Amino acid sequence: MTMSDTTDQLIARLSADAGPVHRLRHPLMRAAAWLGCVAIGSGGIIAAFADTSAFIGRAHDVRQMVELTATLATGLLAVVAAFEMSLPDRSRAWALLPLPALATWLATTGLGCLQGWIAGTPTDLAESTECFLILLGTSIPLGLVLSWMLLHAKPLAPASVAAMGGLGVAGIAAFLLQFFHPFDVTVIDLAIHAVAIGLVIAVSALSSRKLAAA
Amino acid sequence: MLTLRGRPNGRPYLFVRVVSGMVTQGDNTNRENWSRLMQAAQDGDRAAYEQLLRAAVPFIRTVVARQHRRDRIEDVVQDVLLTVHRVRHTYDPARPFDAWLATIARRRSIDAIRRRGRIAAVETADDVAYETFADPGANKDTELTVQASGLGAAIAALPEGQREAIELLKVRDLSLREASQVSGKSIAALKVNVHRAIKTLRARLKGSRGDDE
Repeated sequence: MTMSDTTDQLIARLSADAGPVHRLRHPLMRAAAWLGCVAIGSGGIIAAFADTSAFIGRAHDVRQMVELTATLATGLLAVVAAFEMSLPDRSRAWALLPLPALATWLATTGLGCLQGWIAGTPTDLAESTECFLILLGTSIPLGLVLSWMLLHAKPLAPASVAAMGGLGVAGIAAFLLQFFHPFDVTVIDLAIHAVAIGLVIAVSALSSRKLAAA
Repeated sequence: MLTLRGRPNGRPYLFVRVVSGMVTQGDNTNRENWSRLMQAAQDGDRAAYEQLLRAAVPFIRTVVARQHRRDRIEDVVQDVLLTVHRVRHTYDPARPFDAWLATIARRRSIDAIRRRGRIAAVETADDVAYETFADPGANKDTELTVQASGLGAAIAALPEGQREAIELLKVRDLSLREASQVSGKSIAALKVNVHRAIKTLRARLKGSRGDDE
């Protein structure tokens, strides 16, 4: 089959338009750069304002330790997966990377919630609302920077990449929240956390097309 | 499966295709050459880029042909070329170029199938739109729909710039940026042309309805 005139003309135009481009760094390096910035920024805020002794106290309980580790792992692995998925030649199986950690996070949080319900732990709605605001307040700036970095790769499926990035941001925000809200979650807490995390993922996915086109 | 393909210099060479696999393994020299050409293109070598795209078209066409009818292949091939151009900064020279290209071609092929599905889902075929009301006079709009079969002819009769804008933006459903790259015209010019084309088509279709009455 010969090349059609239009394809031929398109190649000529694209070639004429092809200036030098800056190659993207390896996705792991890009993920490490973003996570490093988050670690430095949040480390400073935690050192200045957080109740670290309460956090350390929580970490002595095995279930809570597993929950904290799974929360952080979900955030880290989802961010790595998002950077990998942003490249056109990477397998979609990267989307499975954070799932075991996510399942552990949900299971341990659910277990803590059940234990609290059996023990009759009271729900403080004002405190839950504060958690919701902290989760969103942390996720929005982190999510904006992450979206900018992810969409710089011009992913072929921006919505799924942004959703994975949203999960990563939500996981990290939920981990950071533990420094400021070192209490076991109640059913209301759990629902509010789920709404906040779902909101971050949904907004990331919905806004990705507009950001990708910008 | 053995396949003969064209080289940039016009001579055929032998490809050995892995059955049902998306990555076609050709001779290693050629594949490394594609990687080198892409690396040079990323550094701004336009001649290397043009040579690479021309060499890659038969490969892209083979991948696309697995999922598309013959008459739709060229549109999808062009879509793949536009995507390659847009994401060329993501290619890592340490990785095989043909696998990178095959994945893009396969994904854009699937996107084209989905896009056609979406369009088909919101379009209504003419044959169900014949008689809507018992009163023949009430069927004027329906008759207009039936006359839409002449839309292709009306588009073909448009001035060149307007016809190109309508075909790229409305028929092929390309974005303004993509249409601009395909046509070589500015986004503003395309917007103006598509606006004028719709105005012209509306006037002509209304005119032909008036003639029938």
